[in-house]
Amino acid sequence: MLIDDINNSSSDPSPLLQMKGLRIEGLSDKGWQEIVCGIDLKLNRGEILGLIGESGAGKSTIGLAAMGFAKDGCRIVDGEIDFDGIELRKAPEWQKRKLRGTRISYVAQSAAAAFNPAHRLINQFTEGPIEHDLLSEAKAKEKGRALYRSLDLPDPDHIGERWPHQVSGGQIQRMMVAMSMSCEPDLIIFDEPTTALDVTTQIEVLKTIKEIVIDRNVAAIYITHDLAVVAQLADHLMVLRYGNLIEVNSTGQILKSPKQEYTQNLLDARIRNEKTTAQIPNPKTLLNVESVTAGYGKGPDILQDVSILVEKGRTVAVVGESGSGKSTLARVLTGLLPPRFGNIHFDGESLPDKLKLRTKQQLQKIQMISQLPDTALNPRQRVRDIIGRPLSFYLGLKGKEKEQRINDLLRQIELPQDYIDRLPSELSGGEKQRICIARALAAEPELIICDEVTSALDSIVAKAILNLLQRLQNELGVTYLFISHDLDTVANIADQVVVLYAGRVAEQGSKTAVFQPPFHPYTRLLLSSVPEMRQGWLEETLSTQEAKAGIAREVKITEQGCPFAERCPISIEDVCVGSRPPLQTTTSGHIYACQHSKEVLLRESQH
Amino acid sequence: MQKTLKNLLSAPLSAKFGMVIIFIYLVIAIFAPLIAPYGEREILGKAYELMSSEHLLGTDNLGRDMLSRLIYGARNTIGIALITTALAFFVGSLAGMIAAALGGWIDQLLSRIVDIFMSIPSLIFALLILSIVGTAMPYLIGTIVIIDSTRVFRVARATAMNVAAMDYVEVARLRGEKLTWILRKEILPNIAAPLLAEFGLRFCFVFLFISALSFLGLGIQPPTADWGSMVRDNATLISYNDITPLIPAAAIALLTVAVNFVVDWMLHKSSGLKDVN
Repeated sequence: MLIDDINNSSSDPSPLLQMKGLRIEGLSDKGWQEIVCGIDLKLNRGEILGLIGESGAGKSTIGLAAMGFAKDGCRIVDGEIDFDGIELRKAPEWQKRKLRGTRISYVAQSAAAAFNPAHRLINQFTEGPIEHDLLSEAKAKEKGRALYRSLDLPDPDHIGERWPHQVSGGQIQRMMVAMSMSCEPDLIIFDEPTTALDVTTQIEVLKTIKEIVIDRNVAAIYITHDLAVVAQLADHLMVLRYGNLIEVNSTGQILKSPKQEYTQNLLDARIRNEKTTAQIPNPKTLLNVESVTAGYGKGPDILQDVSILVEKGRTVAVVGESGSGKSTLARVLTGLLPPRFGNIHFDGESLPDKLKLRTKQQLQKIQMISQLPDTALNPRQRVRDIIGRPLSFYLGLKGKEKEQRINDLLRQIELPQDYIDRLPSELSGGEKQRICIARALAAEPELIICDEVTSALDSIVAKAILNLLQRLQNELGVTYLFISHDLDTVANIADQVVVLYAGRVAEQGSKTAVFQPPFHPYTRLLLSSVPEMRQGWLEETLSTQEAKAGIAREVKITEQGCPFAERCPISIEDVCVGSRPPLQTTTSGHIYACQHSKEVLLRESQH
Repeated sequence: MQKTLKNLLSAPLSAKFGMVIIFIYLVIAIFAPLIAPYGEREILGKAYELMSSEHLLGTDNLGRDMLSRLIYGARNTIGIALITTALAFFVGSLAGMIAAALGGWIDQLLSRIVDIFMSIPSLIFALLILSIVGTAMPYLIGTIVIIDSTRVFRVARATAMNVAAMDYVEVARLRGEKLTWILRKEILPNIAAPLLAEFGLRFCFVFLFISALSFLGLGIQPPTADWGSMVRDNATLISYNDITPLIPAAAIALLTVAVNFVVDWMLHKSSGLKDVN
């Protein structure tokens, strides 16, 4: 490391990693096809390069190629990969093996899947150094603990003794980052390390990565589809699409003046395009959830006393981190999980608790679109059957009439007519989600529950889906209950916002009331955690009081007091932990649960 | 139709070989009375006559024509094994899918019943039942179906559990679909591949099981020809360096291999695995 540090001056002529004319082919149904089409790449010591693009851009394939590795079904056909003077394409396997782990390491998207669940975390940390004969076991463990401490992991001396399932999602991702440093490599490849995480958890992981990479002067390739995230870390950005290089430049230049239209699109996808709520003359209540309490089996109440009012033709967004009870709410509404207490009224009539007791008409009127389009479509059914089933099941359509309606629906979701005979495996992620939307629409519902419908999609694709949903609402007057952890998404589509925390409503009201001061402390934490498309945002956010108080904490359900108290920067000692926060009203329809008065929150929001 | 033909033509050599063999077996089984030179039960000469132009494979322990019995044996053995396996699959996979889709006490009940059946060694169980109810064909088939359906149940339940947890099954439930639709349209097509592989394997086991029962005298009863009992009847010839008893055994082996070739190919196709050359 020391030698590297000395070498790492800007005048260093030889880059750490250099790729020239890299071509990689992948095997598909049509035989070998080029998925990386002649990429040049240069990375100096201590630099961070961001690889950005939507899925299918070849980002991960290039990242793996930097280790001289190609996945099964992929092959490197042409080009040079030069790592610190070693030509990786020609290097024998034993030499590459020696490099991997010691001088190049890899951080995968899902740390939960990358850790072996049958070994303690520290033993997986020490595997690299011991395997490569760099450190003794005792020394390696000591080093692990030191690294955990420097990364602010809780209980650094003992956390390594835990099993992978015993730490939270953010923590395990940070453990993975720590593990990548076990042999002090020269290059770390991060493959979407924060994509599956909540915004608050994402900050915590970004902070860790920044400390590791910048403070220890390691070079890194950071792969992501989120420009705002990589802008916080990278020196240079490479924009990729379909295996081709679109644009490469310094981060500042790309953000300020992108040269290519595609890069501009990526930037635009992040711009908030706030929906203005139109006035509806006689608002009619469609769904009325009255103090619902629910939980699984004999477990605690996951939802506590939740009341939500949804007006016809509106979009109500339910936001919160994982563990806040958003998906449980969806399960209660659909009848999969009967509530312990409380009532649900739909369209003026009481809705039975259990799915089995609901009539066909009631089922028809509430449809659901789920998070993962990959598992929401039966892989053995063609689009015709998937969309056609609700048509024949609810509406009794047959033959020509049904065919005509399927074609209409395909047009509405902006897919070509010949998609009717495709299987889900022949569709992209965004197209699959469109089919899910069409299936929901086919039932001619009044309410569609959208559970994290865009979180598995790339930003540009996600934006297109949101626009589609909005257009359908304008045309058909359908009502949405929109569940999301992404506040940008919520800002784009919602009329009303409900902020859930640990199964309780922290704040609810019109979008403008919730997203403008005075903020509930939790709403403020969420809002400040959304990455902004500018450099330096991460440092600013980390220095705020919110970050210090509560970003790196998990959602915990409490039996008494305010569940948010221990993460709250302005919690009142003894009061917040001991007693439930009162519900307060600012303007009509805007309710928040906090001990503080409106004035205090307004003052705090000015900070 | 054209697509099926194209599919068949694109099959690998091993699968084509398997299909040809199965086809030949089927033709022999269906047209046995036309193909066989003599009757199934006709006694034509002395016991254990050698191969000759009159009796191409010689005669058996009672002086019946080996070749004719081999051809009729195809009909009996394959027919019974096929009916038995098909019934076992129908019962086993239906119960397995219901257990997976409904869960709760129904799953518990079915699984525990299956556990009880599986805890008794299958041969002993079959001997017990058959010695009580007799060895008539329906009883023989029924007994093997009960035993084999428990094995199929395990496979069907395990694979269906994975599918039943998928979002698309939940979507179907939320739509208000009936159980039959969920089983038939949502779950069955997605567990067909492992079930098919199991079918190939089970078919061979049933085959051997019937032969074993015949050997013990509780299987297909004489004078009906079947390959298992033909091996037993002529087993003494092995001591005289005569390969005759191995011929029915070879017939069993060849069909087993052929079925597995075809099943392997179908499995490969439906699992969506791709060859990487």
